[in-house]
Amino acid sequence: MIALLDFDFMRRALVAAALVGLIAPLIGVFLVQRRLALLGDGMGHVALMGVGLAFLLGTAPIPTAMVTAALGAFLIEFIRNRSRTAGDVALALLFYGGIAGGVLFASLAPGKASSSLNSYLFGSLSTVAAGDLWALGILAVSVLVILAIFGRELFAVCLDPDIAQVQGIRVRAMSTLMAILAAIVVVVGMRVVGLLLVSAIMIVPVAAAQQLTRSFRSTAVIAVVIGLISSVAGLAGSFYIEVPPGPAIVMLALACFAVLAIAAVPIRRRRKELA
Amino acid sequence: MTETIISIERLCVEFDGEHVLEDVTIDITAGEVIALLGPNGSGKTTLIRAILGLEQPGHGKISLFGTPIKRFKDWHRISLVPQRLPGASSIPVSVWETVMSGNIAPRSRWRPFSRAEKLSATQALHDVDLWDRRRDRLDALSGGQQRRVLVARALACNADVLVMDEPTAGLDAANVAALSALLTALKDQGKTIIVVTHELDDIEHLVTRAIVLGASKHHSVGFDGPPPVPGAFAHDHHHHHDAIIDKTPPVVGMQP
Repeated sequence: MIALLDFDFMRRALVAAALVGLIAPLIGVFLVQRRLALLGDGMGHVALMGVGLAFLLGTAPIPTAMVTAALGAFLIEFIRNRSRTAGDVALALLFYGGIAGGVLFASLAPGKASSSLNSYLFGSLSTVAAGDLWALGILAVSVLVILAIFGRELFAVCLDPDIAQVQGIRVRAMSTLMAILAAIVVVVGMRVVGLLLVSAIMIVPVAAAQQLTRSFRSTAVIAVVIGLISSVAGLAGSFYIEVPPGPAIVMLALACFAVLAIAAVPIRRRRKELA
Repeated sequence: MTETIISIERLCVEFDGEHVLEDVTIDITAGEVIALLGPNGSGKTTLIRAILGLEQPGHGKISLFGTPIKRFKDWHRISLVPQRLPGASSIPVSVWETVMSGNIAPRSRWRPFSRAEKLSATQALHDVDLWDRRRDRLDALSGGQQRRVLVARALACNADVLVMDEPTAGLDAANVAALSALLTALKDQGKTIIVVTHELDDIEHLVTRAIVLGASKHHSVGFDGPPPVPGAFAHDHHHHHDAIIDKTPPVVGMQP
């Protein structure tokens, strides 16, 4: 562990991993509740197009990916509301458009851009620059602030959009906000976890936590703990066994899911007996 | 003088050019318990959705507490009790969280839940006799208990009007009895209750008025007066503009 902290890039990567481990499950609980578990994936693909664009235009990848993903968030809500396209088809359109656009733009870009695209797909230990850390920190804090203000309304919309509307909550605005929050998480996670796997950190810890929990709040809290543990430990592990961090982090989260899913069987049985 | 709480005047709602509701005129006053009856496809659900502002009327007017629905702001006074929560089975949601969700509104965005809001949720859970289950997952409760939780949710925000969609559907006799006792208590507290139902027998004793939407959209007819005798529904073709039949025998249209 000491050796690991000797490297500047590792310290930065660990902070970035902790940020994504903290905020990703917090958005994931809403996405899972709304049955939009794949929305994060769609956002990841759109952000990939942003990275490709950044290579092509020579702009900074994080802001370009953020803008592209935010536009994608508006677009998917627009497609779902205004056209007869079903939600899952709208998502599929994002997937294809994002990955095709990302590879296309990166291939058009000068130099070896398309090979460095790989580090954005599965994460990389060495790519978090000192300046990036500030951007990631600001994005993560803005997610927490937005959740502090709108979290309850998002919860009401996830529980029942009709009832939420009767309570005066602007359901469409909240849905768009949720997509934008997912887009922010994707951008925060793209450096260390990678765009293809970042949405797993939104969903897998939530799926693991809900094996045991009885309330929305406790699901969110336990999911954050699982998210933090798997992203930080997975990143450290990937340093020692020399693999990309994204797969290591996600496999660890899946291991948490498996352990809790098995442990939950006797626990639930006992609860039933006590009830 | 009782307050007119819901006033519907010549309401028409259409989907894709098809009239689901046509020329419906109904006034509902404070403290009434209305049974909204009619066969499938007669527009019962559309009518309550229109009252709740979830469907836009094509023509006609809806006023809530004397305010046209477009300008109505006091949505916490009206609450929908659905059959079940659509999202309730994905992430665990506790009974307490469900009931407290009745207090979520844009006006309370910038502050935590108040003491008064927590107290009213506590009271509501006692009213439906499920305080002991507050920490349980909503979907661990029986269908009848879940429906009582949703009633508590509506009570938690101190709604004056409860709109209930098929509250007794799929419940066994014991649960129907519990729900019916709860509704009786709410009626005694002066709540206005609108119940969409197929099974009038279950709640007949507390219904003050039944409104029947006909299978033919042109004959949505209601009546004032005591609850109808089950099976006594006859039919009235003469009311072309969907009148409330005033104080006449409980004779209403069920089919064209």
